[in-house]
Amino acid sequence: MTGDLAGLSAEPITAAALAASVGPGSGAVVTFEGRVRDTNEGRLVARLHYDAYPGMAEEVFGDIVRRAREAHRVTAVRVLHRTGTLEIGETAVAVAVAAPHRGEAFAAARFVIEAVKAELPVWKREEYTDGTSRWLGEEPPAHPAPEDAVRKGAE
Amino acid sequence: MGVTIDRSVTVEVRLFGRYRELADGPSITLELPEGATVAGLVRELHRRAPGRLPERPIVAVDHRPARDEARIHPRSEIALIPPVAGG
Repeated sequence: MTGDLAGLSAEPITAAALAASVGPGSGAVVTFEGRVRDTNEGRLVARLHYDAYPGMAEEVFGDIVRRAREAHRVTAVRVLHRTGTLEIGETAVAVAVAAPHRGEAFAAARFVIEAVKAELPVWKREEYTDGTSRWLGEEPPAHPAPEDAVRKGAE
Repeated sequence: MGVTIDRSVTVEVRLFGRYRELADGPSITLELPEGATVAGLVRELHRRAPGRLPERPIVAVDHRPARDEARIHPRSEIALIPPVAGG
């Protein structure tokens, strides 16, 4: 593999694979893997399910790589995010950034993973060991249903 | 004397994450008046799925978050975007 790469993957991913063949000018390679953890906010997690919006993700990924290159002198920016069902310990997101020197590589890798978490149209549902599940992501309260509003008004 | 002809457009709204539970499938189909805006589309969604959506959910038009006053064109790709939660 040569050059940049960013995308969704329904198959297992590793940062090591992304770090291969980064070119002779790359004196530093920083890799990061986000993996599925067995606990979250005090609850026992059994597995995760990721949903994604592929068309929009492609554009957001392109934008993240472009901004990483604008802000940092790097030789390769590669990032993949999984979709589908992932078991504990599986890699959900993999990043590899190569640069002439370590400073740019660390900074750009950090930028990429933070931007992916904040911007990529991907959603995770946690399934817990007790059989329940929930979608993550903070959301403002629901717009009230008309009957709710009437009931509240009558109280 | 003028005759008013109500024209409507059929819009398919793609659903993701928790919003998939608003419908039985991966999208919800709405009838909107011609020239409707994002704000009008959200009002129709609130009518169809009362109490199930935030007051101002993010609506993407052709892969980009759209403003309330943006017009819905018949060939636009419309999607409802829950708060992202990747990584």
